[in-house]
Amino acid sequence: MSLDITSLSLRTPAGELLFAPLTLSVLPGEIVTLMGPSGIGKSTLLDAIGGHLAHGFSCSGTIKLNGREISTLPAETRLVGLMFQDAQLFPHLSVGDNLAFGLPAHIKGRVLRRNAVETALKQAGLVGRYEDDPGALSGGQRARAALMRTLLAEPEAVLLDEPFSKLDASLRDEIRSFTFSHIAARGIPALMVTHDGADANAARGTVVALKKLESE
Amino acid sequence: MNNDGRYLRLSVLIFVGFGLILPISLGFWQTGRAAFGLFPALGQDTLSLAPWRELVTLPGFGTSLRLTLVTGIGATVLSLMLATGFCAAVHSRATPGAGARMLTPFLAIPHAALAVGLAFVLAPSGWIARGLAPFVGWDRPPDIASVNDTWGLALMAGLMIKEVPFLLLVILSALTQIPVAKQVTAGRALGYGRGIVWIKIIMPQVWPLIRLPVWVVLAYALSVVDVAMILGPSNPPTLAVAITRWFNAADPGQILPASAGAILQALIITLGIAAFVLGELLMRRVGRWWLRRGGRGLSTEPGLHLASLATVIMMGIGMLAMVSLLIWSLAWRWSFPLILPESWSLRPWTNSSSGWQRALSNTVFLAITTTVLSVALAITWLEGEDRARRGRAAWAEALIYLPLVIPQIGFLYGLNIAFLQIGISGGMSAVVWAQAIFVFPYVMIALSDPWRALDRQHVNSAAALGAGPFRRLLQVKLPILLRPILTAAAIGVAVSVAQYLPTLFIGAGRIATLTTEAVTLSSGSDRRVTGVYATLQIVLPFAGYLAAFLIPAFLHRNRRKLNGSTQA
Repeated sequence: MSLDITSLSLRTPAGELLFAPLTLSVLPGEIVTLMGPSGIGKSTLLDAIGGHLAHGFSCSGTIKLNGREISTLPAETRLVGLMFQDAQLFPHLSVGDNLAFGLPAHIKGRVLRRNAVETALKQAGLVGRYEDDPGALSGGQRARAALMRTLLAEPEAVLLDEPFSKLDASLRDEIRSFTFSHIAARGIPALMVTHDGADANAARGTVVALKKLESE
Repeated sequence: MNNDGRYLRLSVLIFVGFGLILPISLGFWQTGRAAFGLFPALGQDTLSLAPWRELVTLPGFGTSLRLTLVTGIGATVLSLMLATGFCAAVHSRATPGAGARMLTPFLAIPHAALAVGLAFVLAPSGWIARGLAPFVGWDRPPDIASVNDTWGLALMAGLMIKEVPFLLLVILSALTQIPVAKQVTAGRALGYGRGIVWIKIIMPQVWPLIRLPVWVVLAYALSVVDVAMILGPSNPPTLAVAITRWFNAADPGQILPASAGAILQALIITLGIAAFVLGELLMRRVGRWWLRRGGRGLSTEPGLHLASLATVIMMGIGMLAMVSLLIWSLAWRWSFPLILPESWSLRPWTNSSSGWQRALSNTVFLAITTTVLSVALAITWLEGEDRARRGRAAWAEALIYLPLVIPQIGFLYGLNIAFLQIGISGGMSAVVWAQAIFVFPYVMIALSDPWRALDRQHVNSAAALGAGPFRRLLQVKLPILLRPILTAAAIGVAVSVAQYLPTLFIGAGRIATLTTEAVTLSSGSDRRVTGVYATLQIVLPFAGYLAAFLIPAFLHRNRRKLNGSTQA
């Protein structure tokens, strides 16, 4: 169970190489931190791993998840979860239905599915909020609900794109340890992009610095 | 990966090519053949310039041409000036949402209905004359040709009341992309007057964003038929009206010069747009020289006030026109110079011989069918772009605007000939097809920006959660975009209801809609019955806009991120 990236490099639509070819391996339960100057392509790298690259970007190298080559698969079959700084709860669905959206179809039966969502809500400290508008949640509640939605989909790896940068300083520690402990409990590899040294320290994993190509 | 959605895009391309491009080219081809003497149905089969020679010798041709140029270009330039001046004067005080809501009635009302109402208001026996009567001592309607005047002033006013709000909306939405307040502050701090900052700094940035809609307004004003029939001079009328008459004349020999006129109409629009492009190039040079001279233009303030005043007056008259339709449909005895009718009656509404029920049901059927088709095609097109993860090529954007910058009169008669040959002319499906050519572009333009503004992270999140492209479309994109989709549909309904020429020509005069009946009745018949048709013409689009507002408001009543003032 690991995420293995081998000599991955990305080109912009203009043909520019974004960073020196990257090779790294993330073990199950490990959280690897990616740092680097703005504009070097950290978020683009996450897009490449998750399958969300915009048209014109090209990607070479291999991305293996648990031995499966995923770089040619569509995003929805890669089993790679996503967490953003703005917890992207769907604005048209209730909090509970957002979580139910993530629940895989193989969990069948109305009662069973409802229970799975209620359990996740409980873990997120959102008991009794199934029918609520996600727009009415606080920043911390949204972050916890979004994490639960991501984990309910049973991902085999998680990508975190500056997941805590929009939270108040007082909340940040709490949400960070909530997120990290859940990822550790699942035993899945995680890759995090951040500008905040405190995030990297708390992750306790390898820190990788993306570098520009020497020639540039 | 770039091949995602290839079949979707291919089917859109085929549909647009077959449904949109083919009829337009076919129509122009047939019209063009007739313009050069090839019309086998009349036994004409030698290529010649005779139709053109005939055209220029037709009575009133020169006057018609002049009227078209003056009213078309005049209405467009004046509308642009008024809209710009009004924006400069009120922009800092109006929120975009409030502006859009205020403009909605003017955008929704079909041109012909507004023209009928305006004719009621401006006529010697209309509200303006009634209002003035006590002060100037009129006890009978004054003998002034205030509608159908030979100068085309009423026609220009009618076009401007419709186009100024449209341009305002277009400019306001372009302004959201520019930090106007900061730039105006910076400019004024350097000693420039407010109006001159708008002309020298803001408008040059706005122009590229509104260039296409301005061309659409120009093409429309140069080739409009229904408004010109109702408000314009009647003998001789503008070129487009004259061509329509020649096409429908009892003497089929007039079809050939009419076809030449139809091609000329297309040339006029091409040259008109070319003139605007030339003007733009010229302004770029002159403007830079003017800018470098550093004139502060402190005296522009009165100009701004004048533009805003004129705009407000026009909108006021437009409002009066809409109200007057309803009042006339309910009036019974209404002698001059009373402001309100002396007695009221529902008879024009309940009298079954007026036949509005049939026209209404035709109109509703056409509006719903063309709108559903257009919205479905627009969504398929946009989803195809999403799946390919690429933007729109310039040629595809041009394709969308194409039906809006060509004259309807230029190809509809020819298209009807083609439809006659395959045997669908005069049928409902042919009219649906012809109307959809004009409904689709507006729906597509209205939906494109909100569709692209949808947060990609929602879509990526859904994919990361295992949702395939179809589920992402149905369960994430469409529900989040419900409001803009319904707004685009409401615009589609308004455009369909307003169609005159496609219904008349392709329906071969057999399919009566509210608009075709209102235009026919407006020339002299009973104002009460005309009022009924024109009122219904307004009611349909208004109902559409109301539904587009209420349905999302109800469905998203507990969703604060969707029921805010994000999309008006």
